[in-house]
Amino acid sequence: MLHATELLGAATYDVLGNYVGRVRELFIEPADQPNRVARFLLARGKFQPLVARYDQVAFAVPGSIKLNVGEKSLEEYHANEGWLAVQKDLLDQQIIDTGGRKVVRVNDLDLAEHHINDCVELRVSQADVGVTGAVGRLLQGIASPALIRRIQDRLPARMIRWEFVNLIEPDPLRRIKLRVSHQKLAHLHPADLADILEALSPEERQSIIDSLDETSAAETLAELDSRLRQQIVEKLDPEKAADIIEEMDPDQAADLLSGLSPETSKELLEEMPQREASDVRALMNFEQNTAGGMMNTNFMLVGETATREEVIDFIRSNESDLEQLDAVFLTDLEAKFTGIVPTGRLLLASTGQTMNSLKSEPLLSLPPDASEKEVLKLFDKYNLRVLGVVDENGVPIGAITVDDVVTRLAAKVYRSKTKG
Amino acid sequence: MDLKTLIPRMDALRKKLNRWPRSTRVLWRRLALFMAVVGPGFITSNVDNDAGGISTYSIAGAKYGYALLWSLIPMTIALYVTEEMCARLGVITGKGLSDLIREEFGFRSTFFVMVTGFVVDLMNVVAEFAGVAAAMEIFHISKYIAVPVAAIMVWILVMRGTARQVEKIFLIACLFYVAYIVSAVLAKPDWLLAAKSLVVPSFQFNAPYLLTLIGLIGTTIAPWQFFYLQAGFVEKRVGPRQYPQARLDVLVGSISCMVIVFFIIVCTAATLWVSGHHDIADAKEAAQALGPMAGRWASLLFAFGLLNASLFAASILPLSTAHVICEGLGFEAGVDHKFKDAPIFYWLYTVLIVVGAGLILIPGAPLLKILFFSQVGNGIWLPIVLIFIVLLSSRKDLMGTYANSTTFSVIAWTTSIVMIALTLVLIYASFFLGGVPGL
Repeated sequence: MLHATELLGAATYDVLGNYVGRVRELFIEPADQPNRVARFLLARGKFQPLVARYDQVAFAVPGSIKLNVGEKSLEEYHANEGWLAVQKDLLDQQIIDTGGRKVVRVNDLDLAEHHINDCVELRVSQADVGVTGAVGRLLQGIASPALIRRIQDRLPARMIRWEFVNLIEPDPLRRIKLRVSHQKLAHLHPADLADILEALSPEERQSIIDSLDETSAAETLAELDSRLRQQIVEKLDPEKAADIIEEMDPDQAADLLSGLSPETSKELLEEMPQREASDVRALMNFEQNTAGGMMNTNFMLVGETATREEVIDFIRSNESDLEQLDAVFLTDLEAKFTGIVPTGRLLLASTGQTMNSLKSEPLLSLPPDASEKEVLKLFDKYNLRVLGVVDENGVPIGAITVDDVVTRLAAKVYRSKTKG
Repeated sequence: MDLKTLIPRMDALRKKLNRWPRSTRVLWRRLALFMAVVGPGFITSNVDNDAGGISTYSIAGAKYGYALLWSLIPMTIALYVTEEMCARLGVITGKGLSDLIREEFGFRSTFFVMVTGFVVDLMNVVAEFAGVAAAMEIFHISKYIAVPVAAIMVWILVMRGTARQVEKIFLIACLFYVAYIVSAVLAKPDWLLAAKSLVVPSFQFNAPYLLTLIGLIGTTIAPWQFFYLQAGFVEKRVGPRQYPQARLDVLVGSISCMVIVFFIIVCTAATLWVSGHHDIADAKEAAQALGPMAGRWASLLFAFGLLNASLFAASILPLSTAHVICEGLGFEAGVDHKFKDAPIFYWLYTVLIVVGAGLILIPGAPLLKILFFSQVGNGIWLPIVLIFIVLLSSRKDLMGTYANSTTFSVIAWTTSIVMIALTLVLIYASFFLGGVPGL
């Protein structure tokens, strides 16, 4: 096993034992093979630098490389965007450790040697992100490689296997050339991914959100701190942004959009489908810290005289999110709010029971301009899970769930990331 | 019964929703935009007026009266030019200064910048706790009580508080610098002469005058403040769109810092210089000497200002140093981590506070030597950091259209070279000319 830093600066000799130059850079060609060191850039002072291919290397030891061809058969160097440079693109740069779910900085790379015919292939096996790599970098060129190895052996290692490494490349064109995909990231929990994004620079964040599908992007955005969320959405292509916002809960979408400039939020709303857009628009009219600002417009509404079976059929036939299913709202024939039936009670009810007989007592509701404090008080006093919001005619217009309440409380207790 | 007829159509309900009045949110947005960005520049510039700074300013005022006031205007410009580069780096790249040095100049450069930083900052922390001790002695409180209490307060503030609370406390601490303005007014200075001296440069060509001048400039720009400033903007997620507000924040900070310096110098000039007390050794003596001349309140306010400044810097410095070092070298950092997850961060932080405060408590500790070396350390560290900053902020590939323009590069390099040259003279003088007044 070799360290990448042991090869950088290594003296290189051709098959006849003539000195060719020093290794200045190691390149990986991800399009060809994701972890093989495919090219060695050899600097030769004032002469044109040369490039040795992986199958031209006979053996490599710390500080020295021997080729299996003569100097004449080496190509001249031409920069190639599709080559991943170990020194420039990896060492000292940040990568995402998808196993440990965090952003780390690369100190060194471990290269495993595979002997094939008369050449040796070097494959990146793991990234050193711990103190061993740091000490190596510090002592490199000062102490002998053997001494450095001896010191490193006594230190605790922190390695990340190459399969778990997710590169961060802000430039989208180069990302394609380097075959950097963020598929591994889509499997992370949105909250973990949000933590990772917060540790990155704006460009890097943007590139990752760009590459996620709309649902994952929406879930991740929902977990981010509100200012970051706005920054990211503002920089997205409006069409993509609208697609992502559409996937969010209306109240979250409304929060997000009301933080943007009026022009941007108008543009995004126009990009969204009519129905979703009008939901969000309606919610945006409410102050953040009122019942209207906390509520969601997605909720189940049924007539108070409906039976258990009718309601269950109705729920089944309607596509609805799990979150909406906490409770069912009841209205009378004038569309006035008459109560709430928790789904738990619906489950236990006997066949043919009407909603009227199942609803929670007392009948509680608030107008949309009620303060956040009043909402919290009601939730606390009656141990609510859902609270109805009604307009001046008593018509239900929204639901506040215990989720919304927890988010607000959390924001008061600690610097919660999801505000609203 | 037909269930469908009983389900009121949501669309009809939605129309009702639209009747609710639009909020006043929009009106506040503009102010909020600025307030959201304000902080890092303002705080950083004010922390500049720390214990060492206040001593130097008092001495300058006592020894030369109003004569050195003219130097404040060029100093404001130098402070603004250098801090603006850092603010811009933070806002555009979204990365801290130590991160950028690591990514662009490699591990070894970073390591040396960080090790130097640690040693220099440790000496600075000692200097701040020395300031706490000195100020509390004026209030007749023993340093053996004052310093441990201050150290524990600082430790708790950071460990228990959230970043936002801590920033609020710091912003309030900035307001306490008003103590110096009140002190100065109580001292009844010659305002006309002060105003004239501020705009009309006057030179005296003798070594002590020049050294005092250099000392003034040397204490104003400390290298660690750049790391703190840039991190502040990065943590607040200030993006390119808010760059104008960030720049304004830095400008307001630089000016407010110099306004305070102005009043400190005016205060000691109007009292000590006028009455012939030309030779004081530090800020504590200045505060004590103020009493008989400007009244007990002026003296107490002056001491209170010193206490506030020292505590303020002692809170920021260890935290900022631990952060910068861990980020640059790739260790976990931040108070939201548990000790187990970020041991190096917590160890660095604790060592800085415990050693910093502990040294003050050793009877007969060579405090003057430590203060002296903290200034020398700053002097050695500053050129390195400044050069990195100018190089980084000139890079087109990093900064795009926000990279230093040719004109700005000339200004930045001139400022940096002048700063570096002055600091080197300061170090030379400290070693070979018997020291600089106040340091």
